[in-house]
Amino acid sequence: MAAEGKTIDALSQFELTTALGPIGAAVNFTQSNLFMLIAGGLILALMHFGMRPAAVVPGRFQALAETCHEFVHSLVTEQIGPEGRRFFPFVFTLFMFILFGNMLGMLPYAFTFTSHIVVTFTLAMIVFVLITVVAISLHGKKFLGYFFPEGAPIWLAPLIIPVEIVSYLSRPVSLSIRLFANMVAGHVMLKVFATFVVLMGSAGAVGVFGAAAPLAVNVALVGFEFLVAFLQAYVFAILTSIYLHDAVHLH
Amino acid sequence: MDTRNGFDERLRKARQRKGLDREKLSQGRLPGSGAIGLRAGVEVVSALVVGVGIGWLLDRWLGTFPWFFLVFFLIGGAAGVLNVYRLFTPRKRPGDPAMPDAVAGTKNGSRTGGGRRQDD
Repeated sequence: MAAEGKTIDALSQFELTTALGPIGAAVNFTQSNLFMLIAGGLILALMHFGMRPAAVVPGRFQALAETCHEFVHSLVTEQIGPEGRRFFPFVFTLFMFILFGNMLGMLPYAFTFTSHIVVTFTLAMIVFVLITVVAISLHGKKFLGYFFPEGAPIWLAPLIIPVEIVSYLSRPVSLSIRLFANMVAGHVMLKVFATFVVLMGSAGAVGVFGAAAPLAVNVALVGFEFLVAFLQAYVFAILTSIYLHDAVHLH
Repeated sequence: MDTRNGFDERLRKARQRKGLDREKLSQGRLPGSGAIGLRAGVEVVSALVVGVGIGWLLDRWLGTFPWFFLVFFLIGGAAGVLNVYRLFTPRKRPGDPAMPDAVAGTKNGSRTGGGRRQDD
């Protein structure tokens, strides 16, 4: 599809189209929304059906569900501390949603909803609003001291305070750009090398041998993309935990 | 399952008290220089984006085109450098003995941490 007209069309995979036929078209229900629902449904199914046996020796799905729970739980308690347990449901939801979004995007014909900055920025803004609300509700006015470190000379305040505020405001931006850029870059690379395979393969007998190289690259890239898909979900979750730690403890 | 989790938790606490797994405390950093480089780049770019955005909006509001833009461009750059600096300085851990007031200092620490031993 991408090789039609002998051009590399790496970006059309991110275009939104409406899903579910005329009903979806009427309410602008895109395939991005569809895959968000699928991800949510899969997570619910994993946690529900995985944990239903509640066996002492877990089966496959129970082991998977417990591993996910254990992984996020240790991450949260390590980063935030014992009082971080109250944020466990939030971080777990966020991590699983992004992980399933990234992993679903690796399936053929699937859409990666985390490759849209609207989605990642919305997730990052949820985190940003949460850390700000938590910091203000726990510390009140002392939260403002966050923007001016203790012991700094007072005449540096006009310099330090804007810098600290911009640094604080850049958190959701960096969170969202990191996830979005990683997913877009990975999928563009996959598409470009896949197009090479098709273009080379259409060039006759010599081209078939030439197509082996980009195909090999693509195989390696798919493996790498699975790593990135997990790693970016992990990074998002761990940065959320670090920000929550800052909000709870104010340094 | 409950007793097992409780045992693991107590074992981990005991190990931490004795300082047996000290190197685990420095985790939470990504392996690989490429990942670190990308993170540093993203931090600088996002701080610049925020700085330039604030400056441009202030200029549009007050009609003083280049000035707030220039000032906040520099502030954004400084914030980016600050972000990268924070990225490379070791963070204080909640379980770190060097920061004893971290757990005891907040009022919710006793509420969630003290009452329940096992949460799952």
